[in-house]
Amino acid sequence: MGKTTGFLEYPRQGPRHRPVPVRLRDWREVYETQSDDEVAVQGARCMDCGIPFCMQGCPLGNRIPTFNDHVYRSHWDQAAEQLFDTNNFPEFTGRLCPAPCESACVLGISDSPVTIERIEYEVAEHAFAYGFAVAHEVATRTGKRVAVVGSGPAGLAAAAQLASVGHHVHVFERSDAIGGLLRYGIPEFKLEKAILDRRLAVMASSGVTFHTNANVGDAVTPLENLQRDFDAVVLALGSTRPRLIPVPGSHLSGVYPAMTYLEAANRAVRDGQSSPIDARDRHVIILGGGDTGADCLGTVHRQGANSVIQIEILERPPDDRPDDQPWPTMARIFKSSPAHDEGGERRFSTETLEFHGAERVERIVVRDDATNETVVMSADLVLIAAGFVGPELDQLGLSGDAFVTSRATLSVDGDWRVDALGGPAPVFACGDAVRGQSLIVWAIAEGRSAAAAVDAHLSGHPSVLAAPVEPYSLSW
Amino acid sequence: MTKTLYDPSFEHDACGVGMVADLSATPTNATILDALTILENLEHRGATGSDVDSGDGAGVLIQMPDAFLREVYGDVVPPAGEYGIAHWMIPKISNVPDIQRAIDAVFERLGLTSLGWRDVPVDSTVLGPTSRASEPAFVQQLIARSAHEPAPDLERALYCARKVIEHTVDVYASSCSPHVLIYKGMLTAPQLRQYFDDLRDARLTSAIAVVHSRFSTNVLPRWDLAQPFRYIAHNGEINTVRGNRNWMTARETSLHSDVLPLPIAELTPLVTTGLSDSASFDEVVELLVQAGRSLPHAVLMMIPEAWERSTFMSESRRDFYRYHAGLMEPWDGPASVTFCDGKVVGAVLDRNGLRPARYWVTKDRRVVFASEVGVLPVDPANIERKGRLQPGRVFLVDIEQGRIIDDEELKGELAQKAPYGEWLRDQQRSLDEIDAPTMLTPNHASIVRQQMNFGYSEEDLRLIVRPMAQVSEEPIGSMGSDSTVPTLSKLPRPLFDFFTQLFAQVTNPPLDAIREELVTSTRVTIGGEDNLLTESANHCHQIVLPSPILSIDELAKIRYIEEFERMEGFTTVVIGGLFEAHGVGKGAERLASAIDALCDQVVDEVRCGTNIIILSDRNTTPELAAIPSLLLASAVHHRLVDEHLRTSAALIMESGDVREVHHVALLLGFGASAVCPYLAYESIDALIETGDLTGLSSFEARYQYGKALNKGVVKIMSKMGVSTVASYVGSQLFEAVGISETVLARYFPGFTSRLGGITLEHIAGSVLTLHASAYAPAPGERVELRNNGEYQWRRDGEIHLFNPRTVQKLQHATRAKRFDIFKEYTTLVDDQSHGLVTLRGLMSLVPSATPLALDEVESTASIIKRFSTGAMSYGSISEEAHSTLAIAMNRLGAKSNTGEGGEDDERFDTSDPRWNRRSAIKQVASGRFGVTSRFLVNADDIQIKMAQGAKPGEGGQLAGIKIWPWIAKTRHSTPGVGLISPPPHHDIYSIEDLAQLIYDLKNANDQARIHVKLVSEQGVGTIAAGVAKAHADVILISGHDGGTGAAPLTSLKHAGTPWELGLAETHQTLASNGLRSRVVLQVDGQLKTGRDVIIAALLGAEEFGFATAPLVVSGCVMMRVCHLDTCPVGIATQNPRLRERFTGRPEFVENFFEFIAEEVREYLALLGARTLDEVIGDATRLSITSTDDVNSDLDLSALLVTVAPDQRHQSVKQEHGLDGALDWIFLHDAVSAASRTTPFRFATAVRNVNRAVGTLTGSAITRSLGERDLPDDLIEIDLDGSSGQSLGAFMPHGMTLRLTGDANDYAGKGLSGGRIIIRPSLEATFASEENIIAGNVIGYGATSGEIFVSGVVGERCGVRNSGATIIVEGTGDHACEYMTGGVVVILGAVGRNLAAGMSGGTLYLYDPDQSVYDHLSAGVYEIDPLEYEDDERVRGLLTRFVEETDSRRAESILGDWRCERMHFVRIETSEYQRVRDELRNG
Repeated sequence: MGKTTGFLEYPRQGPRHRPVPVRLRDWREVYETQSDDEVAVQGARCMDCGIPFCMQGCPLGNRIPTFNDHVYRSHWDQAAEQLFDTNNFPEFTGRLCPAPCESACVLGISDSPVTIERIEYEVAEHAFAYGFAVAHEVATRTGKRVAVVGSGPAGLAAAAQLASVGHHVHVFERSDAIGGLLRYGIPEFKLEKAILDRRLAVMASSGVTFHTNANVGDAVTPLENLQRDFDAVVLALGSTRPRLIPVPGSHLSGVYPAMTYLEAANRAVRDGQSSPIDARDRHVIILGGGDTGADCLGTVHRQGANSVIQIEILERPPDDRPDDQPWPTMARIFKSSPAHDEGGERRFSTETLEFHGAERVERIVVRDDATNETVVMSADLVLIAAGFVGPELDQLGLSGDAFVTSRATLSVDGDWRVDALGGPAPVFACGDAVRGQSLIVWAIAEGRSAAAAVDAHLSGHPSVLAAPVEPYSLSW
Repeated sequence: MTKTLYDPSFEHDACGVGMVADLSATPTNATILDALTILENLEHRGATGSDVDSGDGAGVLIQMPDAFLREVYGDVVPPAGEYGIAHWMIPKISNVPDIQRAIDAVFERLGLTSLGWRDVPVDSTVLGPTSRASEPAFVQQLIARSAHEPAPDLERALYCARKVIEHTVDVYASSCSPHVLIYKGMLTAPQLRQYFDDLRDARLTSAIAVVHSRFSTNVLPRWDLAQPFRYIAHNGEINTVRGNRNWMTARETSLHSDVLPLPIAELTPLVTTGLSDSASFDEVVELLVQAGRSLPHAVLMMIPEAWERSTFMSESRRDFYRYHAGLMEPWDGPASVTFCDGKVVGAVLDRNGLRPARYWVTKDRRVVFASEVGVLPVDPANIERKGRLQPGRVFLVDIEQGRIIDDEELKGELAQKAPYGEWLRDQQRSLDEIDAPTMLTPNHASIVRQQMNFGYSEEDLRLIVRPMAQVSEEPIGSMGSDSTVPTLSKLPRPLFDFFTQLFAQVTNPPLDAIREELVTSTRVTIGGEDNLLTESANHCHQIVLPSPILSIDELAKIRYIEEFERMEGFTTVVIGGLFEAHGVGKGAERLASAIDALCDQVVDEVRCGTNIIILSDRNTTPELAAIPSLLLASAVHHRLVDEHLRTSAALIMESGDVREVHHVALLLGFGASAVCPYLAYESIDALIETGDLTGLSSFEARYQYGKALNKGVVKIMSKMGVSTVASYVGSQLFEAVGISETVLARYFPGFTSRLGGITLEHIAGSVLTLHASAYAPAPGERVELRNNGEYQWRRDGEIHLFNPRTVQKLQHATRAKRFDIFKEYTTLVDDQSHGLVTLRGLMSLVPSATPLALDEVESTASIIKRFSTGAMSYGSISEEAHSTLAIAMNRLGAKSNTGEGGEDDERFDTSDPRWNRRSAIKQVASGRFGVTSRFLVNADDIQIKMAQGAKPGEGGQLAGIKIWPWIAKTRHSTPGVGLISPPPHHDIYSIEDLAQLIYDLKNANDQARIHVKLVSEQGVGTIAAGVAKAHADVILISGHDGGTGAAPLTSLKHAGTPWELGLAETHQTLASNGLRSRVVLQVDGQLKTGRDVIIAALLGAEEFGFATAPLVVSGCVMMRVCHLDTCPVGIATQNPRLRERFTGRPEFVENFFEFIAEEVREYLALLGARTLDEVIGDATRLSITSTDDVNSDLDLSALLVTVAPDQRHQSVKQEHGLDGALDWIFLHDAVSAASRTTPFRFATAVRNVNRAVGTLTGSAITRSLGERDLPDDLIEIDLDGSSGQSLGAFMPHGMTLRLTGDANDYAGKGLSGGRIIIRPSLEATFASEENIIAGNVIGYGATSGEIFVSGVVGERCGVRNSGATIIVEGTGDHACEYMTGGVVVILGAVGRNLAAGMSGGTLYLYDPDQSVYDHLSAGVYEIDPLEYEDDERVRGLLTRFVEETDSRRAESILGDWRCERMHFVRIETSEYQRVRDELRNG
């Protein structure tokens, strides 16, 4: 194990943030790198618990104590081997995951948890830098063909897994580039797209074929065709229908769903142009206090917004765990992302009542639930980051009750099959389309698990692939 | 009757033994009467069952009473020495004429004739119903020679005839000899004389009489197991008897003797099945003697002293032992053996000296020997000397020569009987004599592949192999085991996992192989054995290995042994232990036929003269898989035993699957002489290559690893009380759990499967799964070691009942007081439909047809009274955690347990019921930390910890870093100085000792219930029966999975069995024995839910202990780092910084127990029962399901057998016999004087039957005074005579016992401030400093007070003394062992191993010969002359010593103090001095 008394000797130390004035001038990632020694010390804080709750907190079941120990001993290769064995994309989760593992870290009961997510990031980056195996060698090809619809983290994880055991995998993406939310939903300053491209190159070389602008369900590529042409189909559609705020004035110009705004911004960054929905010099209101809201916040800062207010309808979460959300669950506590350090105002317990404006939004009327006062704020760009309500199923003909759960997600059986659907090849589903809007780590876990089910179906015997989660399961 | 879990082969016994001999050789009736008196005075060492008039057995051996026989037989009696008497027990249902005809026919064949039968007159009316039901007829037969040319050797002819008769006719001969006659039966000691009229006949005479009284755990009445046997009377237990018997069977064909009238083949089986260990021992002694060795020679061959490490022994004596070690393995175990052939009578004590053995010689030339002194009144003026038998020593009275032959002379003579030394030099070989050749081994490309092939997990490398190689120690873990029972596991588990280690509890002591290393030996010999019944140079043509763990080089030497000229006569053959991985038929069939074929091959090789067989699994290939090494070793071993070839060759294992200590121990236990764990060595090299093991070369790391294995094996042996590997080999000291009967019968004969379990198909399947994963992985499957999550939970590993979700739910439920969440928790634990973890997972409740409404069921409050928390010491856990549990349990009306660390006096204050921190259960463990009179008086229950679930048979160690000042105070020790709990209680080496401790504790608090905590293993029911006979009020059966602060991983996982088994066995055995109603049965071991409680109740438990779960409720998250003092939740730590993090509260614990009780109520309602009492022991309310494993025939129905439906729980109180205590004659006056603080003095005579004198009075005084202490010497009791055991035990301040005479064992045990003075009788003429005056284990665990003894005392004086001042004039071995405080002054000779494991206190030794270094144990000591303050102190003590005892030795020292003071040395440990100096300097 790592260092027995490490947790008593070293405080938690995450990576430093690049200074706000500097980072606002570019789109590069926020964090500075940590030295290997600094990371090793953070690995030494791991207590190598008899019950590593982190491993349960992580839907992937990452072998956290094992790689922490390797990192403490500077065995980056062994750490990478362990990490990639349970997580196809630690370079993504190391940047984007809200780290339920850290919520479950035993050290977090009375101290600060181990910087698990950052260690994961470092392990992944070392793996790429030093050329450790990040792709599985495939000895034999099975000759089976699998179509994966959707190229977000769930779809990519399923594809990577299925390719690793020798199936031919084709990924269909309706957009013009592979990556789903990773591509256009996550801002560059949280995930530089080169990181995504790096991974896609690895996947392509391991036998995954990507198809862009392929909108499955349209006339060109109906689902039946995939069922006919492939031995199995995996739907990883994501939960893409935005939750709207149905108040007067929401139709006004200048009011956008967050994803529309972020996609435009991401394309602009890629193309080196300014975004069609540029926030420069605007008074921006972001409705929604979650991660997407924070992504919008960082983006509008970089676009040069005049002012930003982020509004959350719920009250400000407590700083410490409330009793009804005990350790090791992921409690709703007050958190700041780096974007919050960059400026802007946060309001809680604030309900949106109305948007005002002639054609374009000019003001927003809200009520402060704490004081019950009505406040009017000027707004010439409003971004609605109120979450998502489920997958888009109509086009695929999956909107009947047989296919949809009470939570408006796709209904699958215990083997991830959309069992109500006939057709020549079975159809599986995973990710947010099944679970509903969730964390990237759940998407990857579901993609892996669905891949195991697909492989078992195709091979006729229990799959060697890991199936870390069951459909609709919870960590705690 | 359906098969229960009880098996008669589990029975144990132990005893009192005595002897009287008249050196003048004059046969007298007085000698016999004296012996019978001794027997009656040892009655407290025997036992009775539920039927008090049926004893366990008593008997007497006398010389042939020629004069008496002439009177009763008349003129037919031939001249003395020309006849023999056969004393038969004949079953009463027999056809006697037929039997007599059959007997006579055998005698006739041997040239003997019967001269007459005599019905032995007996008085059956004295018998109790049990013994009477099985009473045989006693018949004596007078026999003489019929043939005269050639005249048969009468004794040998009688021996052979008797063997043949006993094997062919249903009779038993108490004796059949020309020299001795034995009367014995299933009697109590006093009944012996009443039963046999002959013994009351004044005409019966003898110059020798040996008596024995038996304390047995046995359930079935046996008349023939009473002792003495034909040559010996044994007090103790032969731990290795299973192996010894097997080896004797194996030897049968190699035995031949020219002097016996019949060939050996006609005498077989030499070791009769179904007899006791002592009986088997006797049979072999008899064989050796009849074949020509002298009786002492035979006995010393079988019970050699510890010669291997002795530095003082003469070369010739060592050669004698070394030579005989190649002939026969020791019969190992606690033994005081008295032996007699009618001409000599003697006694020998085993190497550990764990049985008391005292003797005294009178001026009128009589020798008396007994387990205790004072058993026979002797005029003190008549005493010439008093002695005791020392460990490994022999003592012989030769009646014909009319003198006593001492150890030195006897052994010196024996050593000269043959040129043993010359023979050894010529013939015995060592591997060091030759150079290692290079061994060709297959080059497997990938070590990982091989590791996978042999079932290594990532944990094996990281947690087992690496630490062993790094620091040469076995890895330590904590918090018990809550993972899947191997037989239920879905992972391919090594076959090793299906055997658990047996361990000693109660009936014999485990040993401390570290502190008492001098008695251990890891030496083994390999090569063939010669005829045991003769001696020659060739007998020692063997190779000696210093350790059974072979390096690669050593293996290479053995493998190519024939290439060395020096090694002529040895031939080695390597046999591959492999089977076809693929092919026709089932895996099991291929495996079985491969084993058969290679057994045939081994037999052929051995027949052709090969004397070393290497069984190797080196050459696995994609086509050939490895046979599990254990299966291989046992199959070959037993096949060779069956063919009577086993002693012709040695078995050596070259095994890839061996990596843990447990694995090596199993291979040795099943017959291998040595083991080479080659893959573990290669794995170590790989760890070095990958940088996971640093700072060591491959050679060093492998050496360290081998050494750790070696040490670990010794530790496993010592848990069973076995000291030598030579006798451990083949001893099979294991229990099979969850293996099919067919597998056991075929490959592990002698093992019974009580439950069935995995079949050969399962075993083959596991191997083939691993083989396939290594050689033919599926596409995408990584060639990588799995982490099976056995020691630390892993998502994809073995199931643990405490896992992230259950811990989370349990904490949430009890903190938020949410019964709904609690139910989620219990569902997660109880529902094992997704994966079985526990045996109870296969049981389900049979709901009643008429369930009750919940409100009809007894309240939670009344159920909670049955709950207690487990024994966790203050020290292993923090004050916060410890008192949280105590407060919660007190609020609930339930009980918490102090654990073994004592309890602060301030916690005895119970005035505030909300915050009462007094633990109701006080634990008394082997370390006796903080066990004072006050501690005991403040108990509701006193628990004697015989064993602990996580590490049964082991002691404990609390590292110096955990002894913070507040812990040291409670434990009466020094801060920062480490503490040791010895493996055994040094006052419990046998069951009669336990009875004594129970009696002592009952005296120390007559209001408390006395618990005895046992750990589940096969035979625990039988032990519990003995414990019930020893008058325990409560018996606690602990599961193997219990938590602990620290235990070797091998013990955590591989010792003991689940409580379901032990509890059911205990309940059934007690019930069938009529003892169930006498005791309360308690259970603990990972109880987690109401369902666990109700199942335990149905299996017979009345009370329930919980430890891990309440800790989890208090915040424990199963870090399993208790042993590191880094507990991050402030529970298992003393570090103030970490203790701040403790988040537990009594309310949470209260919620837990209320929820559990509420669940119990729900189940009771379901069962239609109003109270728990209604369902206790009613296993018919349970049903059993089977596993879904088609390759397992596991069937738990034997657990559900109900034996005596009317006896389901305790209903009568034990009779402790306190009424007979001597104390009553002065107790009330003494207590009333004490309460007024006025002096009180009283004088009385004392006898050995007066045990624990002063204890009852002491406890009454402590109770009446509360926190107050009396001034010294306020209450003075003068005693005259021989006091019984435990004189003045736990006596508090203010009491003084002055004994004139002598004392038995355990005087001053737990002394708590009182004073004990022992001096010889005023009429005694012997020199006190040369004579023994008090027995073994004086002042054990004393915390304060004074013990002055003018005379020599036995072994282990001052063991675990933590504060008393002890002065003696000489001691035996192991004095001051484990001492942590106090002062001991020794004014005379000391034995070996002085101050072993001592950590504190001061020893002053008068050492004019400057021989201290010869006696001192290995350790770090400061040995200094007396400094100024010591001078004052010692002189002051000696002055007072002389005042009290008139010690001539002390007087003469004081008389020339200026000179004599130079002869004193002060001995302290360096650590103690360092800490003391630090404390002084602040």
